[in-house]
Amino acid sequence: MIQPASPDLITVYIDGKEIAVPKGTNVIEAAKRVNVDVPHYCYHPKLTVVGNCRMCLVEMGLPAVDPATKAPVMDPATGKQKVNWMPRPTIGCATNVSPGLHIRTTTQMVKDCREGVMEFLLINHPLDCPICDQAGECKLQEQSAGYGRGYSRFVEKKNVKPKRTLLGPRVMLDDERCILCSRCIRFSKEVAKDDVLGFIDRGSYSTLTCYPGRKLENNYSLNTVDICPVGALTSTDFRFKMRVWFLKQTNSIDTESSAGANTVVWSREGVVYRVTPRQNDAVNDTWMADSGRVLYKEIRAAGRLDSVRVEGSESALEFALGAAAAILGKGGAAVVGSGRSTVEEQFLTRKLAEALKAKASLVSRVGEGDGLLVTADRNPNVRGALVTGLAAELPSATLGTLAEQIDSGAVTSVVSVGEDLAAAGLSEAQMAKISIIYLGTHANATSRAARVVFPTLTVFEKHGTLVNQQFRIQRFAKAVPGVAGAVDDLTVLSRLVSACGGAYLGSDVGTVWTALSAEVPALAAIRYSNIPDTGLLLDGSPWAALPFAEGASLHYKPGSAPQEAAARG
Amino acid sequence: MNLKAETLSRIDEVIPHYPVKRSAALPLLHLVQEDQGYVSSEAIEWIAEKLGLQPINVYELVTFYPMFRQKPIGRRHIKVCRTLSCAIMGGYRTCAEFQKQFETRLGDVSPGGDVTVEFVECLASCGTAPVVMIDDELHERVDAARARELSDKIKAGAPTDTGRR
Repeated sequence: MIQPASPDLITVYIDGKEIAVPKGTNVIEAAKRVNVDVPHYCYHPKLTVVGNCRMCLVEMGLPAVDPATKAPVMDPATGKQKVNWMPRPTIGCATNVSPGLHIRTTTQMVKDCREGVMEFLLINHPLDCPICDQAGECKLQEQSAGYGRGYSRFVEKKNVKPKRTLLGPRVMLDDERCILCSRCIRFSKEVAKDDVLGFIDRGSYSTLTCYPGRKLENNYSLNTVDICPVGALTSTDFRFKMRVWFLKQTNSIDTESSAGANTVVWSREGVVYRVTPRQNDAVNDTWMADSGRVLYKEIRAAGRLDSVRVEGSESALEFALGAAAAILGKGGAAVVGSGRSTVEEQFLTRKLAEALKAKASLVSRVGEGDGLLVTADRNPNVRGALVTGLAAELPSATLGTLAEQIDSGAVTSVVSVGEDLAAAGLSEAQMAKISIIYLGTHANATSRAARVVFPTLTVFEKHGTLVNQQFRIQRFAKAVPGVAGAVDDLTVLSRLVSACGGAYLGSDVGTVWTALSAEVPALAAIRYSNIPDTGLLLDGSPWAALPFAEGASLHYKPGSAPQEAAARG
Repeated sequence: MNLKAETLSRIDEVIPHYPVKRSAALPLLHLVQEDQGYVSSEAIEWIAEKLGLQPINVYELVTFYPMFRQKPIGRRHIKVCRTLSCAIMGGYRTCAEFQKQFETRLGDVSPGGDVTVEFVECLASCGTAPVVMIDDELHERVDAARARELSDKIKAGAPTDTGRR
């Protein structure tokens, strides 16, 4: 079928392949759509175009028109409009498509251009790939293999520039490796709004540096490391730890706030080495906060709970489940759920509360939003609690009602799913008065006071989903096995539900989702397996009236979520 | 920043000459250097503040142009040409003589703070090489003997002006 021409689409020809792209697309992006690689360094889709690396040189031609009559000039041999090829190459990043534009990327001229640019870039670049952290994910390395000439004609001495400069607490700079693409400078200025980087001594000795006395220490500084096409900027945390090609990549979600930045967790043999952002143009573009990258350290942090305990002594899971059911069976039970739990866990928490005929409360965690990717709501999944029906209203900062019920004796036992009751405002006396059953990853006042403790998993050790501030349900996967002794949250919750008289709903995400989609109308059509990598927008309109804590941030305006969902539907 | 009132008024006068404030960075740097003898980091920050920029943006400019100084210089600034004609006609000997006279090295402030001696590129008076500029005065055919003469005058605090600019 012939598609009607869309007014916003422009037809261009890349290496002879015809493609219609939206107005304003540049040649690199247009070529990407027909799987033609235009090598580049300085161009980044989320930053302004400067065109200073010259690597994306291509040959460009425009359809020929008669200068006098403006009539198309036809080529009698082919019957098509002639193409006027420009005698000199042009950069792809700064060339926006125009109707009938022709691009060639495979000609001798383009090949010579790339070889020439590569040769200049490599003149002062140290040949220290064997000790360079970027090796394996280095654009310079890849493109010198792909487009370089293969040997060096340079016999002079290379420039000497500062090495091992600490730009900030998390970013190390090796100026000799820098190819002056200025991505980091533009990122700091345009995205992080912290304009501290610049080139000084411009010329043969151009040097990337921070303004003397200032530091690159904003909470987004590590994105400069991600976008650095070479090994000039490296992370002080990841530096010299592991070769990237040994690492397994697992898609995950940043749990530090309700922004829900998409991430990749890099691990090897059960050890996580780093967390980097994953592109999601509707959520976090290609960025994430530095604070979210260190969360993996919780996996092996001191105080990690690694054994099921009953009355303080190690116990088997079966016995502990029995003990917990006995405590809860006496009546007067309450459930404290968490905005940090996954959607599946929240659903099971709700089921547990229903089985116990108890009220579930949540604890809010509100900080200051930075307007970018750390939002005011530091619980990653408050909206999940709303969607699954665990909570009908937003959580409060303290457990006031629960405290009153404990004082009055109405509540005698509490199941806490990962929430520290002491931090949520219960006094020591109140906690001593009740029997606590605690599911959590790390030791705290609640785990110490608890009669039954189930050690559970961190976000890196389990599968699950989270609903971010846009009501976008996003999936994360297990990157590493859980620490020895820990039990999957779903296993504990499911078995606790059945031990307390509810139906057993399974202990893996797939099975739990069967029940979840059957019971929660908002999730009816969804299965864990069919959630796309970029998430799925849910209809948030039933909760539009709630006073959510978040202010405007990247790709989010307060109150805009329902409209977005409506537009999608 | 302790700028003279006249410098301040010239700064305020020059900024609106440009369509965007940022463009006034270079003239401001010149004015501040004229006033203070060099561009201190305090001055860089002051200019950035004045033009709504970040200090790094001004710092990039200062490091690009060799004629912006980031350190104080002596009371008189001796600039010896080293481009071809002057180099052939003995500019290097002239420069060495100045350095010997003031017991200083290239680019340093001489002990006592009298002068700073520096090489510069062509001063556009090749016919009368070797040429030297002392502050804004042009001195032609400065061989070693003439360099000694000029040095004595500077040391004595006597005027060296030739009337040439």
